[in-house]
Amino acid sequence: MSSILVPAAPITAGSEPTLARARPSRSLWRNAWRRLRQNKMAMVSLGYLAFLAVVALAAPAIAPHNPVQSDVRAAGQFRKAAWYDDANPQRTGSWDYPLGTDSIGRDVFSRLIYGTRVSLVVGFIPMAVILLIGVPLGLAAGYAGGGVDSVLMRITDVVYAFPALLFFIIVQVSLRETALGGLLNGLVLLFITLSIVNWTGVARLVRGETLALKEKEFVEAARSNGAGAGRIILRHILPNALGPIIVAGAFIVPGAIISEAVLSYLGIGVRPDVSLGAPFPTSWGNMILDGSKSWQSQSWMLIAPSLAVALITLAFTFLGDGLRDALDPRENT
Amino acid sequence: MLGFLLRRVLWLVPVLFTVALVTFFLMFQAPGGPWDSDKPVPAATLKNLNRKFGLNKPRWVNPDAVATRWDEGSVNPLTLGRAYLDSQFGNYMLGVLRFDLGPTYQSRGTENVQTVIRERFPTSAKVGLVGIVFAILVGLPLGIISALRQNSWLDYASLFTATIGISIPTFVSGILLLIFLSQNLGVSPVRRPEEWDGFGRAYLLPGIVLGLGTMAYVARLMRSTLLEVKRQDFVRTARAKGLGEGRVVGRHMLRNALIPVVTVLGPAAADLLTGSFIIETIFSVPGLGREFVVSISRRDYSMIMGTTIFYAVLIAIANVAVDLSYGFIDPRIRKKR
Repeated sequence: MSSILVPAAPITAGSEPTLARARPSRSLWRNAWRRLRQNKMAMVSLGYLAFLAVVALAAPAIAPHNPVQSDVRAAGQFRKAAWYDDANPQRTGSWDYPLGTDSIGRDVFSRLIYGTRVSLVVGFIPMAVILLIGVPLGLAAGYAGGGVDSVLMRITDVVYAFPALLFFIIVQVSLRETALGGLLNGLVLLFITLSIVNWTGVARLVRGETLALKEKEFVEAARSNGAGAGRIILRHILPNALGPIIVAGAFIVPGAIISEAVLSYLGIGVRPDVSLGAPFPTSWGNMILDGSKSWQSQSWMLIAPSLAVALITLAFTFLGDGLRDALDPRENT
Repeated sequence: MLGFLLRRVLWLVPVLFTVALVTFFLMFQAPGGPWDSDKPVPAATLKNLNRKFGLNKPRWVNPDAVATRWDEGSVNPLTLGRAYLDSQFGNYMLGVLRFDLGPTYQSRGTENVQTVIRERFPTSAKVGLVGIVFAILVGLPLGIISALRQNSWLDYASLFTATIGISIPTFVSGILLLIFLSQNLGVSPVRRPEEWDGFGRAYLLPGIVLGLGTMAYVARLMRSTLLEVKRQDFVRTARAKGLGEGRVVGRHMLRNALIPVVTVLGPAAADLLTGSFIIETIFSVPGLGREFVVSISRRDYSMIMGTTIFYAVLIAIANVAVDLSYGFIDPRIRKKR
């Protein structure tokens, strides 16, 4: 506790040591971090996600085989997972191919490792885009009200009326064959559609927070001190709305990952890449689609990617829950 | 109240129009067309088919038709306006106003979209209904028990179940459950077509899998709102005036804690009724969701439009119904209006 009383910055001559200066100004975040650290499930999840990030970055070094190279003679087709025996030596499990091989002799384990990349990218990039669009618009609509506000709410109404998955399916099918749909195996198009559907939710949330915050005394105090609209929004409203925004962001990520997996499972998500050095050769959704065609002979081709999707979404939910509890201690006390 | 309802319903018109417009625009960006087949189709047949389905007309508006009519000496603005809208989109939307969603391309015009929806939707709705009933019957008690026995092992167990249920996508849990049941319990995942008639056991598994996420959501929400209500003054008052625990929980706590749950149940119900594309594909349910997925790959334009509009209307109605139901549960909101 004593560390809190240490001044954040050395007090130089001429500046007055005030009470506010005596404590680090970010103690809210320090408190939140302390609360988050006490949440075991959230910390385990954070560790798991950090592990996945390492796996995704170091995929070429970790993966035992090339994820797109097929070597039927050595690997066999539909080789079972390592702990299964089969009368056929080409199909019996081997630790060279821990999770077996697929229909053209590619190592399922290596593909699973590379699939991590798509899930992380598809989770985080749309989240960043959504926050970058939704937060400023929500702030503007909530603070200014009037025309900006009603336009925003009308757009939100339309987006809400669209069944999300139906919209994804239509957009993917329609624009997949265009130049835009081909960028990065279709990942760019996925980023765009995910952002279009989700930004309204964040904008609505931020608008609500702003509406509530701008009536608070500290905003009035700032205004009477002569602070302009920009300063009030950036220095007083935004920092106080950050908690709910971070929580919303943490829950967007698993939603986006699930959407990608569903679309790829329907065969209209990320395009599997067959070039040897491909950075995003496959996604877990694609692997689930592959696996569901042959789950009776090689059930791990389906179980492994399904578990991978389940675990990553579970981790994000635990982390999101932990963040909410840490940032907003009023709830779930 | 009536004015509020009227405003909400009227506002649906531009919203649904925009949904139709966007879908119509996107749909035609997809490469290929409804007449693509392995065998080459004779040009004359194609021409006839295109004429029959109005695909020979301009896509959005038809100024040429107006010019023709004008040259014929017609000055009636209604005739001219109709001619202007004698386009693919115009004719389609005018049909929708008459509740006619047009013939399906798949049937080459012998079957109407509304017939297909009437035939397929009940199956989807039954799956969704099982899901909702499951979500409420399991989710609510789970949340209530959790909140009343906060921080007990029962609370942790149900909270953990709920977190798993909310985070694992239904299609993953559906697939894993299917593997488990068929490999370990010998349950055949394949159903005979006639099993989907009526309301049989076939609906149980897809319905439950579909409802898992909502169940978990309801449980978590119920728990957190009940925990908040538990500390309110009126609950203390109810206890102080000597009410029994059952009455305190039932009449004072639950009634107040239900509002947020009802808020999410409306959209969730619409989601469950409409969002079963994947579940229907996995469990081979002959419902509207699977029909939609198939119609997209067939480029069955009228079927895509019809299903989208139908689903959008359903969701809109569910949202309005939720707004109305607040008033019934919470008299405070009724008075405010």
